[in-house]
Amino acid sequence: MNNVIVEIYTNLINSLPFEPLKVILGTLIPVLGIVTLPLLTTFLLIWWERRLIAFVQARLGPNRLGPGGLFQSFADALKVLLKEDIVSKDADKILFSLAPVLVFVPGILVYSLMPVGHQMVVTNVNVAIFLFLSVASLTTIGILMAGWSSNNKYSLMGGIRAVAQAISYEIPLLLSIVGVILLTGSLSIVDIVEKQDVWNIFKQPLAFFIFFTCALSEVNRIPFDLPEAESELVSGYNTEYSGFKFALFFLAEYVNTFTLGALCSLLFFGGWRFPFDYLLGDIGMQLSNQLGIIWFFIKTMFFFSVVVWIRGTLPRVRTDQLMSFAWKYLLPLSLFNIFITAIITGFLSGAFSR
Amino acid sequence: MTVEFKTEEMVINMGPHHPSTHGVLRLIVTLDGEIIKKVEPVIGYLHRSIERLAQDRNYFQYLPVVDRVDYISIIAAEWPLVLAVEKIGGIEVPERAEYIRVITAELTRIMSHLFYLGTFLLDLGATTVIMYALREREKIIDLMEELTGQRMMFNYFRYGGVNADVPEGWLSKVDEFCDYFVKMIDEYEILINKNPIFLSRVENIGIIPKEMIVEYGACGPIMRASGIKYDVRRDDPYSIYDRFDFDIPVGRKGDTLDRYLVRMQEMRESVKIIKQAVKQIPSGPCLKKKLAFSFKIPAGEAYCQVEAPRGNMGVYLISNGTNIPARVKYRTPSYANMQILPEVLKGTFLSDIMAIFGSFDVILPEVDR
Repeated sequence: MNNVIVEIYTNLINSLPFEPLKVILGTLIPVLGIVTLPLLTTFLLIWWERRLIAFVQARLGPNRLGPGGLFQSFADALKVLLKEDIVSKDADKILFSLAPVLVFVPGILVYSLMPVGHQMVVTNVNVAIFLFLSVASLTTIGILMAGWSSNNKYSLMGGIRAVAQAISYEIPLLLSIVGVILLTGSLSIVDIVEKQDVWNIFKQPLAFFIFFTCALSEVNRIPFDLPEAESELVSGYNTEYSGFKFALFFLAEYVNTFTLGALCSLLFFGGWRFPFDYLLGDIGMQLSNQLGIIWFFIKTMFFFSVVVWIRGTLPRVRTDQLMSFAWKYLLPLSLFNIFITAIITGFLSGAFSR
Repeated sequence: MTVEFKTEEMVINMGPHHPSTHGVLRLIVTLDGEIIKKVEPVIGYLHRSIERLAQDRNYFQYLPVVDRVDYISIIAAEWPLVLAVEKIGGIEVPERAEYIRVITAELTRIMSHLFYLGTFLLDLGATTVIMYALREREKIIDLMEELTGQRMMFNYFRYGGVNADVPEGWLSKVDEFCDYFVKMIDEYEILINKNPIFLSRVENIGIIPKEMIVEYGACGPIMRASGIKYDVRRDDPYSIYDRFDFDIPVGRKGDTLDRYLVRMQEMRESVKIIKQAVKQIPSGPCLKKKLAFSFKIPAGEAYCQVEAPRGNMGVYLISNGTNIPARVKYRTPSYANMQILPEVLKGTFLSDIMAIFGSFDVILPEVDR
């Protein structure tokens, strides 16, 4: 009953003649996968975002290049890559070049921990969700680095805002997941998905709300796009960037937004599992296991679309409001959620009856 | 133990090329963290010496130039000049022309307020509203194009009337647009008015007390948002505005939200005026007598003002009896309104610059002229 893709892959590896080749290819193929797939998805995401936001804003969006304008992102990428790579005179050149890499790499790295289907995960670490979030939070350092090294006041403001925002929202983000972890009893994302016969959203609606809000803030999307607030800070931390370095920032943003959607679907909406597959018995299991990647992708795209929808609807919040929202509302709410979840799970597991 | 950090104030030059300074305004902002200590606006980047140009041109040649005073609401700049010349020269305006003038002026008021609505929300970070606002603005531009042949610099008013009569069916199109547009205002208000993030960004932000308005001579929606019920159309009626029934919306607190609400309400009032004008418009000529290209008006002085979308737009005209004006002075509302900006911005957050400045609806060409 294994996943077809997994089966093909294992057969391929096993059919190799030499043992060293098996090891090398067995490492290289997943690595290649987690580097290229997010990038390819990003092209799709950019196109999808532009079309969707155009729909929201009563205009057309890119529709000339390829079917429905699908190749527009490729053309744009090509354009950006051909641009001159400008490093301003007074910039800290090492940090300036390092920053986009540091923003981009964690975004890609977390894909190695992300199960996209049944048995389709590159590394199944037992503290996956913890590692996931800690790696993802490294992005902030890159943003601060970019803001500082540009030697531009707007960039500096953007960098400072990004750090303040990340610190404030990381805490409720992590605490909101604790509820899910309490229910599952495991930090492994694969375990979390596999135990979601009933999706976690029904058990942890408050946690999902907090998680989604904080994640939105972590990826710097409207209404929390303060670090790159266009009308205030011109473009925030990436004001001075051009060419390939800018492309890395741009890609990282989309990769991170996709990660947001992926985490939402993994933690709260059953990941690769078909809706209520446990009620459908064997067929449900087959649907989940064989076609998991499709359900996962649909769910993730749904959350990505919600993010775009929010972008089309809401204005930007102000710095102080952003902070007070995190510390005054989200943090107590997430603690409250942990408290309630702990009591209920305690009751259900019989911890209090002893 | 307390540790003293040495902190410095940061000076940011916002503009002249900044996405939300609406043209080429430069704000020298002194920041303490995110809090504004001092703001110093620097203007003049768009100075085209429009007032001086008058002294080299005869009255007809000067008329297209004044379109450039305010490129968002063009009619508002044409009208006071035409009024002043008519006052000195004793030129009569036929009834029908007056009605057409009112209709076009109110249409451009809606155009201007729509542009304000879009850019204001864009400054706040909401990217969608500008698309909706420009969609409706486009419809007005189409109407104006049909009427004047131009999409932007209409050059439609003439001394003693308007350039041409309305095309056939144009008035009913305007009427249709009014019906459609009222629905659209409702739609905007559903989208914006109760949005908690929007409200938190604008409520109690940038409060301008009545006294400050009077001291600085601010005008237009900013003044009315602070609770002063003054409108040139009602209190110093020109043209035929005394024939229409319309309200003057006023705010209570004078904050950014009030300025937004007043403008939204003004659009509704404009629609009201247009609907009445379309109903009442008499038939007849649009230009009583075609003036010679270099006509002369007697020596004299006149100050005429109209209610432009941004406030009192006035022209002080001195004629020395030749076909060329001796001196023209534009009293533009944005210039007066801009003076308050440093006062209001003091002590607010960096993000509030955009909210407050956006709510002032300043058009830079009008400030610099």
